[in-house]
Amino acid sequence: MRGLLPITAKNSGILACETCHKLIVCDTVSEKGATCPRCKRAIHVRKKNSLNRTWALLVAALVLYIPANLFPIMTLISFGRESRETILSGIYQLFLSDQWVIAIVVLLASVFVPIFKIAALAFLVISVQMGLTWRPVFRARLYRFVEWIGRWSMIDIFMISVLIALVKLKALATIEAGPGALAFAAVVILTMYASKTFDPRLMWDRLEGEIDE
Amino acid sequence: MRLACPECDLLHESMEITYGHSGYCQRCGAVLFRNHKNSLDKTLAFAITGLVFFLLANIFPILVFKMNGNTEANQLADGALEFLNSGYWPLGILVLFASVIAPLLVLCLLVSILLPLKYNRLPVIPELQIRTLLSLRPWAMAEIFVIGIMVAFVKLGDFAEVGIGGSLISIICMVLAMVLAFVFLDRRTLWQRLDQLK
Repeated sequence: MRGLLPITAKNSGILACETCHKLIVCDTVSEKGATCPRCKRAIHVRKKNSLNRTWALLVAALVLYIPANLFPIMTLISFGRESRETILSGIYQLFLSDQWVIAIVVLLASVFVPIFKIAALAFLVISVQMGLTWRPVFRARLYRFVEWIGRWSMIDIFMISVLIALVKLKALATIEAGPGALAFAAVVILTMYASKTFDPRLMWDRLEGEIDE
Repeated sequence: MRLACPECDLLHESMEITYGHSGYCQRCGAVLFRNHKNSLDKTLAFAITGLVFFLLANIFPILVFKMNGNTEANQLADGALEFLNSGYWPLGILVLFASVIAPLLVLCLLVSILLPLKYNRLPVIPELQIRTLLSLRPWAMAEIFVIGIMVAFVKLGDFAEVGIGGSLISIICMVLAMVLAFVFLDRRTLWQRLDQLK
């Protein structure tokens, strides 16, 4: 790839629109209330309050992760017997019935992905706050991966939605949703927003020795 | 024409690359643009295909559940409605939005933007349409919904008889069409096309 300029949009006084990627030359880069002339959306040099917002969303997600795992996500009522299922016991059931592939998919999507996302984003935010210059390309890839994988945690919520719609044969067999599902969905949405509010460009700003946000 | 990397802000001189290849950021490796032959035409074709399968997905049941002579079948929006009925309305709204409304809106927006462009006309409100499309995209979770259906299918198979309905195949086809539509959609080509027409 040729024609590389060793400078960024920010330090050459240019705003890049996040929606349509148009470059806007500005005399004062920190101009407030600027909108993109092409797509009419508000433009900022960097996402506003990026680190604080990401932190807030991550903490909220971490707190809700506890009820998401403690409370049942659904209850099966069959012949008068109730059996409650949490995220972990659901995966255990799948392992018991020898559904290894599905069990591993659910284990990854519902247990590992949320924890991994929260840990990875916290690491990225801390790395920016401490001004780390360690392996930026790796951290850029990590961020891209976190952004991509986050939505897949919704598998369990969709599974419950299918089960409660399908299994409603009164006393014979009925499946009801549980409060754990509500907390779990909140975790997924909060972490999706957390990765959206994080501005990966901040990692590269630190490499150039810029401290201000 | 220069462009800035959306993920690390590095400025690049715009370069011409051969069809079928992508331009990556020199510094962080993010995809800057993809150069597909007839990018917008291909996206339009797949979006229309997706819409047809979306309609089919609403006609038939997704799964059929049989137990002791009783049969129950579910359709696309039933899970969301069941959440609403049982008092978990935030989950009902979330599932309805992610598995039905957002995929439908995304496909409709793609067609409403690309069909006029195909005939050299400007869409009604192109800026708003494209902005809505881009912000809705992560919330259209039809592909994840399909995996959720499969997990439910396996789980139920343990204690009852479960069959696959016609809608499941339609949903899978819709997901494939939607994924391909976005594979071929290049934002840069789209905005350049709009700029040309203005």
